[in-house]
Amino acid sequence: MASRTAISRGILRRSSTFGVRSVASWWKNVDPAPKDPILGVTEAFLADPSPDKVNVGVGAYRDDNGKPVVLECVREAESKIAGNLNMEYLPMGGSMKMVEETLKLAYGENSDLIKEKRIAAVQALSGTGACRLFADFQKRFHPDSQIYIPVPTWANHHNIWRDAQVPQRTFHYYHPESKGLDFASLMDDVKNAPSGSFFLLHACAHNPTGVDPSEEQWREISYQFKVNGHFAFFDMAYQGFASGDPERDAKSIRIFLEDGHLIGCAQSYAKNMGLYGQRVGCLSVLCEDETQAVVVKSQLQQIARPMYSNPPVHGALIVSTILSDPDLKNLWLKEVKVMADRIIGMRTALRENIEKLGSSLSWEHITNQIGMFCYSGLTPEQVDRLTNEFHIYLTRNGRISMAGVTTGNVGYLANAIHEVSQSA
Amino acid sequence: MRQQFQLPGAHSSAIDRRLSALVRHLGDSSASSMESQNPNQTIYASVTASFNGDSVFSNIVRAPEDPILGVTVAFNKDPSPIKLNLGVGAYRTEEGKPLVLNVVRRAEQLIVNDRSRVKEYLPITGLADFNKFSAKLIFGADSPAIQGNRVATVQCLSGTGSLRVGAEFLARHYHQRLIYIPLPTWGNHPKIFATAGLSVKTYRYYDPATRGLNFQGLLEDLGSAPSGAVVLLHACAHNPTGVDPTLEQWEQIRQLMRSKGLLPFFDSAYQGFASGSLDADAQPVRMFVADGGECLAAQSYAKNMGLYGERVGALSIVCKTTDVASRVESQLKLVIRPMYSSPPIHGASIVATILKDRDMYNEWTVELKAMADRIISMRKQLFDALRARGTPGDWSHIIKQIGMFTFTGLNSEQVAFMTNEYHIYMTSDGRISMAGLSSKTVPHLVDAIHAAVTRVV
Repeated sequence: MASRTAISRGILRRSSTFGVRSVASWWKNVDPAPKDPILGVTEAFLADPSPDKVNVGVGAYRDDNGKPVVLECVREAESKIAGNLNMEYLPMGGSMKMVEETLKLAYGENSDLIKEKRIAAVQALSGTGACRLFADFQKRFHPDSQIYIPVPTWANHHNIWRDAQVPQRTFHYYHPESKGLDFASLMDDVKNAPSGSFFLLHACAHNPTGVDPSEEQWREISYQFKVNGHFAFFDMAYQGFASGDPERDAKSIRIFLEDGHLIGCAQSYAKNMGLYGQRVGCLSVLCEDETQAVVVKSQLQQIARPMYSNPPVHGALIVSTILSDPDLKNLWLKEVKVMADRIIGMRTALRENIEKLGSSLSWEHITNQIGMFCYSGLTPEQVDRLTNEFHIYLTRNGRISMAGVTTGNVGYLANAIHEVSQSA
Repeated sequence: MRQQFQLPGAHSSAIDRRLSALVRHLGDSSASSMESQNPNQTIYASVTASFNGDSVFSNIVRAPEDPILGVTVAFNKDPSPIKLNLGVGAYRTEEGKPLVLNVVRRAEQLIVNDRSRVKEYLPITGLADFNKFSAKLIFGADSPAIQGNRVATVQCLSGTGSLRVGAEFLARHYHQRLIYIPLPTWGNHPKIFATAGLSVKTYRYYDPATRGLNFQGLLEDLGSAPSGAVVLLHACAHNPTGVDPTLEQWEQIRQLMRSKGLLPFFDSAYQGFASGSLDADAQPVRMFVADGGECLAAQSYAKNMGLYGERVGALSIVCKTTDVASRVESQLKLVIRPMYSSPPIHGASIVATILKDRDMYNEWTVELKAMADRIISMRKQLFDALRARGTPGDWSHIIKQIGMFTFTGLNSEQVAFMTNEYHIYMTSDGRISMAGLSSKTVPHLVDAIHAAVTRVV
């Protein structure tokens, strides 16, 4: 050991004289990347010293004190897990136990599709990872296909399919005048898309608008998809979080399944189990039969292997511990409902507060929309005023994260919104 | 067709084109058959109707098992009581059990019991403390690059994730999209680089005749590489061969690479695991940083902290200036965000907890050395036992090679024989994981090797 150190010291001395100081950096032409529009909001918020500041930017749940929440069911699961199990590699497809429980949430507790093993499913790195696996899979096996993405959508959707090199098209979704769904144009776009097109659909609690199709509208969309032979890919990041009832929030998916569609689905536990940083999710692809499901799963694994080999175990263990224990599962369902109810309560409070200030505008969209986000209808300039004058942080598309609204700040927020919107 | 799809990345773009053409052809034929079924017909949707159309993915063929992870799959299926898994490089105790380090358990308890800790999203670049301490671990706390604030470090999903993020960055921002990898190398390397969009070539590394390093071949191949090409270097404990250059050889490699403007990309998956010393195992990386040049380094905590399934690692890019490092970091975020948004928090929290605390850090180094020492002792036992048995051949490479793996020199027929007759599971290139051996199982392995060498050629 001593002689090795002496040798290495000698070499280090020599190497600094045979240096490369004269060579320029390989990276001098690298441009600074633009800040992520969503995560950049929190950075700016954190840097603001004002005591009145409010963060209604990123979609992470806060309690009525504005504090992040770790669910009790998660704490209990974690104390069960810590110290008991090893940390060996999961298989490439992840924790099968977690995946099985997760499929039940999306496809139904007693789904025949699960019993018949027709679903190819792998653990993924939360919703982002599930979408990316699917996008790469779509590129590999339908290299000439495109993805139809709603306008607007979560900004990262565009990045995901772009990096997977799948060309994007858009379909109408949000109707700015009514701050609701532009159903007629949506249906036109679905009808006019070439047969067999791939569509990205938000299963519930559309991000960023909070505008969801009604059950009737979902049935019509499903029917039209059948007529056109389109492929439906559902991004479900808010199951349980929208209405408070996971079964109800999965209605859109169940409608498509009843109609016989062979869907794809991305599921995330970031919000509904508060497991944000653990990166737990699932990608599933419904196939014709068990044989095909095995084949598709094997190919999904091939995409995961050169990306991260196998997914992280901790978050998956938390999920499977909770969902496979009836008491913990019930606790979770209660806690999800509490979170959803608080959000719904804040929507009512915000709307009422603004209306009480005598606004001449309509604010019913605040309570019509659902889930974590409210698409306020505020313009980027109005948003800038909210930030610069009132220290209220949100994304420039006017999206308010209702999770950041509390009984403590709803009055202040209502007042500020009223101020910037009445001088439109 | 299926066979070819698995070749290393040098061929993959051609293979992908051929496969794409095949899929398109099949896709076209199924689309036309759908159209012929009267597109104007109203489809009646009922609750009980089942969908009669084909899956859009019905033309997909099943992917072959991953050659390394597939070994464990096969092992698990085997009902034999004497089966031995020498496939995947995961450490096992003398009792053949997986090991969670005591210091890791301690760190985990601290984290779990700390009610003030939350599990919010990490920043895209990961846990800041983790990044800081990881860079110090590989480059040395007194590293001029760290002092000079010119290292961009991002938390990634273990070694695989760090390599992939680095490769994607190179494919987008580096002027040379060519990477040289040693022959042989870890099976996942070519796939990672090819998928990221780099072209992959190899440089000679292993010499089957000596079961050591083909140093001349290495120098010749790197010497004839085009200026600016990226070169993948295993920082220590080369996987799968266990053959490492000496420090003098590393110095020659460094001089050659710098003179040709070749960009080093280190894969450090075994720091501390090879010799038992974290600093000694990092010497090759530090030599390159000391000369003031740039490089990339992928780190994994899978083996040296036993955090396999938590997927903890880091990618560092050593840059010329602080300003460059900051711009590089911003671009790394653009690679990461559309892949998984931000990395998982749990494993990185454990690592940061340990690296930050002097007592825990020391405890870790002791447990790490114990693992490395057990491996070294297994090498000796296996070597001695083969010699005592009189098994034909020179087996000294077993004790000359370093790290978790031994490249036995057995061919794929011999390996298949050992699996079928002796229930010994290893990769078909003859690589065995010494971590999977114990004093109790050495005799069984010796029997198998002896039989393979004498009965199968």
